[in-house]
Amino acid sequence: MKAWLPLLLRLALVVLLVAFVTSPGWFEPLLKPLTENNAPVIYNQGSLLTLTLLHLRTVLIATVAATIVAVALAILVTRPAGAEFLPLSRSLVNIGQTFPPVAVLALAVPAVGFGEKPTLIALFLYGLLPIFENALTGLTTLPANVVEAARGAGMTGWQRLTKVELPLSAPIILGGIRLSVVISLATATIGSTVAAKTLGEVIIAGLLSNNLAFILQGGLIVAALAVLIYDGLSAVERYAARRMGREAE
Amino acid sequence: MIEIEGITKRYDATTVVDDVSMIIEPRTIAVIVGTSGSGKTTLLRMINRLVEPTSGIIKLDGADNRSVPGYELRRSIGYAIQGHGLFPHRTVAQNIATVPVLLGWDKDRIKARVDELMTLYQLDPREFGPRYPHELSGGQQQRVGVARALAAEPNVLLMDEPFGALDPIIRTKAQEDLLAIQKRFGTTIILVTHDMEEAVHMGDKIAVMDAGKLVQYAKPAEILANPASSFVETLVGASERPFRLLSLGRVRDAVENGAAEGEAIPGDASQRDALAELLWSGRPALPVKGADGKPLGRVTVDGLVKRAARPA
Ligand SMILES: Nc1ncnc2c1ncn2[C@@H]1O[C@H](COP(=O)(O)OP(=O)(O)OP(=O)(O)O)[C@@H](O)[C@H]1O
Ligand SMILES: [Mg+2]
Repeated sequence: MKAWLPLLLRLALVVLLVAFVTSPGWFEPLLKPLTENNAPVIYNQGSLLTLTLLHLRTVLIATVAATIVAVALAILVTRPAGAEFLPLSRSLVNIGQTFPPVAVLALAVPAVGFGEKPTLIALFLYGLLPIFENALTGLTTLPANVVEAARGAGMTGWQRLTKVELPLSAPIILGGIRLSVVISLATATIGSTVAAKTLGEVIIAGLLSNNLAFILQGGLIVAALAVLIYDGLSAVERYAARRMGREAE
Repeated sequence: MIEIEGITKRYDATTVVDDVSMIIEPRTIAVIVGTSGSGKTTLLRMINRLVEPTSGIIKLDGADNRSVPGYELRRSIGYAIQGHGLFPHRTVAQNIATVPVLLGWDKDRIKARVDELMTLYQLDPREFGPRYPHELSGGQQQRVGVARALAAEPNVLLMDEPFGALDPIIRTKAQEDLLAIQKRFGTTIILVTHDMEEAVHMGDKIAVMDAGKLVQYAKPAEILANPASSFVETLVGASERPFRLLSLGRVRDAVENGAAEGEAIPGDASQRDALAELLWSGRPALPVKGADGKPLGRVTVDGLVKRAARPA
């Protein structure tokens, strides 16, 4: 009875989101009260669907890049040969996180120009830390006798990594990716200040023309995406953790 | 044959294994006993080079164990790690198949081998094969750990307290199975245990370790009869010694001429079981029958008691 309720809510959210970005006109009456002086209710300087897809693409590219780099770095510094780089890589990644994305944008524009590129750089740097920290936790807290059993069976270093260490830390690494994605989904909106095509465009247009309906629809789409993706990745994580007999944290 | 020559392992200032030398003859079982922390696991792990010794040499069939890369060496040696160490993200069947997969066996051969081992250890391949380790009891996990060590039919088998979590019935069965496998394939086995009963029953020789040193390495009867130190004496359990000694002998070897009343005891039962049966039933003698059911003679309480005395 209770079990299908969350599923139903998620399904409803998906349907609502898809309906909104494909046929925003249907929702006009709902948002109408938020506008004044007969201003447009639905964003009219581009398709919401296109912006949503571009927004997702930007986040996807940045997250994939951040995942590859962060996991590779974590693997490197957890090998005996790379252990001495652990403190250095930790501080580098930390700087990436503490440096405000707006400042990254400002610095990146002169170097790479306006558009998607500076946004990607900002998201990439910002997304590194959670993935790196989680990958590090995962790779350093593996059950010792399982790793020893892998050595004892005659696996090479590479085989241990790919067959045992990475699969076992997958749930924890996924947790880092989930955090990173959600942060990036929100942060990508500021990319529109440097002419990246993201949902930030809708929000900024709303701010410039004092149109509350624009701000709300931009914000709501981003929020719905974040909730759904967070939820989906959590489920994947729980599945992976359950298969290993670990309780998902 | 495994030759351990002057092996020492130090961690910083502490010596964990101290100048141990011993030879394990081919196709025999050497059992290592000793208190917790005496260096048994460390000694075992230096044989397959999971731990590199500080000094000393280990030879397998005459060849230095450093003459091949560590991972290749370890594929040729079965290792049942203390506390099973199963891969939690792999099914029971995949766990058992670990070394054969690394060795590149073909699929059918791997499947046949996995099914064979699971059946041997009383785990139905169809029911348990697809399960994950956390879906098994502690004893079942341990049996899977042993099966994984046996999978590639290694000539040398290192077993670190492999039967600790098994109940007495399954443990006895697992010990018999291991002895049968050892006989059939001529495997050389080094087994670590805390169970003196198991050591006496399984070992062709017993090695006693204390604080990193090998204090005695001898046949079970010798360890029981002539413990090298009071430490060994305590470890083998002074009050149990006569019974352990009897458990080494077969009824067949204690047969006397004459007849006796009642149900006959098989000739290959242990003398200890025969004495227990005699004492429990309050009879002075039991008839003995051969494997073919023919009477061989009888065993008597007096005869067995004499055999339980310290050998001269
Ligand atoms: N990597 C290591 N670094 C430092 N000390 C170690 C290390 N490995 C083992 N030791 C120490 O070496 C000693 C022997 O350990 P070992 O595991 O060989 O004991 P054991 O005889 O197998 O004990 P148990 O019966 O409890 O399994 C212990 O005091 C242990 O703390
Ligand atoms: Mg041990």
